[in-house]
Amino acid sequence: MTDDTAREEPHKTADHSGDTPHPGPAAEARDRFPAAVLADSHGQEVLYVDRGDWRPLARWLRDEAGFEQCVDITAVDQLLRPGRPLPPGTEPERFEVVANFLSYSRNLRLRAICQVPDGVAVDSLFDVYPGTELPEREVWDLLGVPFAGHPDLARLMMPDEWEGHPLRKDDSPARVPVQFKEAPPPL
Amino acid sequence: MSLENPKDLVIGPDAWPDSDETMVINLGPQHPSTHGVLRVVLELEGETVLRAKPVIGYLHTGMEKTGEQLTFVQGPTNVTRMDYAAPLFNELVYSMAVERLLDLEVPPRATWIRMLMCELNRVSSHLLFLATNGMDLGAISMMLYGWRERELVLAFFEKVTGLRMNHNYIRPGGVAADLPPGWEEDVAELCEIVPEGIEEYDELLTENPIWMERTVGVGVITTEQALALGASGPILRSTGMPWDLRKTQPYLAYDEVDFDVIYTQSGDTYDRYRIRLHEVGESLRIARQCLERMPGGDYRTQDRKVTPPPRARIDESMEALIHHFKLFTEGFKVPPGEIYVAVENPRGELGCYLVSDGSGRPYRMHIRGASFYNLQTMAVMIKGALMADGIAIISSIDPIMGDVDR
Repeated sequence: MTDDTAREEPHKTADHSGDTPHPGPAAEARDRFPAAVLADSHGQEVLYVDRGDWRPLARWLRDEAGFEQCVDITAVDQLLRPGRPLPPGTEPERFEVVANFLSYSRNLRLRAICQVPDGVAVDSLFDVYPGTELPEREVWDLLGVPFAGHPDLARLMMPDEWEGHPLRKDDSPARVPVQFKEAPPPL
Repeated sequence: MSLENPKDLVIGPDAWPDSDETMVINLGPQHPSTHGVLRVVLELEGETVLRAKPVIGYLHTGMEKTGEQLTFVQGPTNVTRMDYAAPLFNELVYSMAVERLLDLEVPPRATWIRMLMCELNRVSSHLLFLATNGMDLGAISMMLYGWRERELVLAFFEKVTGLRMNHNYIRPGGVAADLPPGWEEDVAELCEIVPEGIEEYDELLTENPIWMERTVGVGVITTEQALALGASGPILRSTGMPWDLRKTQPYLAYDEVDFDVIYTQSGDTYDRYRIRLHEVGESLRIARQCLERMPGGDYRTQDRKVTPPPRARIDESMEALIHHFKLFTEGFKVPPGEIYVAVENPRGELGCYLVSDGSGRPYRMHIRGASFYNLQTMAVMIKGALMADGIAIISSIDPIMGDVDR
């Protein structure tokens, strides 16, 4: 096993759902993907990976590390936090795509995060975990992060003709004016 | 069906065949058996479903965006409206995520009240499923029976939280109010009456030849497919996987109570019905243990940064008044960080991914809805089934569209 200096002592809290009982898969993954950085977030193992390693990591997790399920895919628009704390060696970009994996056979969780600039596609995990079809579409729809290799990257929540991506930090919720029925028309 | 080529499951808009043999029709969004506003595009050959694709978003209200505008104090009012059949779980997962970021210890009484309320919520949610599942398959009286018992649970919720649904009862730091006087009798009564109802449904449906004809062997899914498609909860357990987060990754005080994980082997609609039917009994078993072992003490943390001071203190103490005012105008600040917390709700794994930038509002609040992921299994289950069985299959997934669309 490699050195664990990057790991902090997990915080003591009342609830420990989702904690990984034994450190392991993240360290293994770091051996396999040298560019990946291992971090600890409140006792949960987080792996910061390169965009290029995104799909290989998922494939490795499923085929060799025993992670049968990609529980969740989402993204965060970090537009307002360019100087956010990140583990050393990770270059901040506008978007963070976040995937949570769950191993049923080993009862472990692992979170992988990759940095994605605006307008750049990240590999779709659809052919590794088909359950990412709807969530990846949701991320595209609401945050505008495209997924390369997704079979049907259409809008999911918003109407087809909608412009913009509402969960972006520069997309104002009041952009569309509300017109009340009885109100006089705008001058 | 194999998952070798998962693209088979997904129908792109231009993948529809140009054939006279098959027919493409819409089921929903206004259809009583689609549980709200689910639209399914079906490709039919005669009465056989060749492919199905869910079209969602009709109930999208931008709740994740709203979650970024509300303070951590206001947050539970928003998330509780997502899975409206199991609102307490939404509040629970959100509160647990905030507490993890705050490093906040919740008093034992709050933990046990949360557990009691969540288990009763599981009961009411499964009763809702049994009612609608019965109605979807033509057992109209099930609708009345299920509603009848569910209403008793909701009346108890109203007594405790003030509201039948959308309670905003579980909040970061504990729960909003202590259990009202006489709650012991109410819970004991529920633990008496609801099992009688369950026995009635059991007698009415489980061995009923018409019911079995409609459900046994319909909508079969394997463990491998369920895992690959992100399914959890009763759908996964019906395939022979004894996975329940309450057992495998215990939270609250689930490691201190006795209960069994219900699972079956065949992965069909009948099994998903039976699992939910028997889970009601297990939930009541936990509720009974909560009744016997409910610890005393505070029902919320006494950390003044999170919990408002008691009303009486506000008249006496300037500091209490300031705390109260600050808490309800600005809210409390949560240290920067990110966390994913998961709980087992009636439909499966409900997760909350919360990012804080150190301010009083979440920087990003994402809810992993169990229904959203479970809905993807429909395409596999429905393939090759008859149209009428399709209704049974959609019903057995038990999707709550508020949770799907958020």
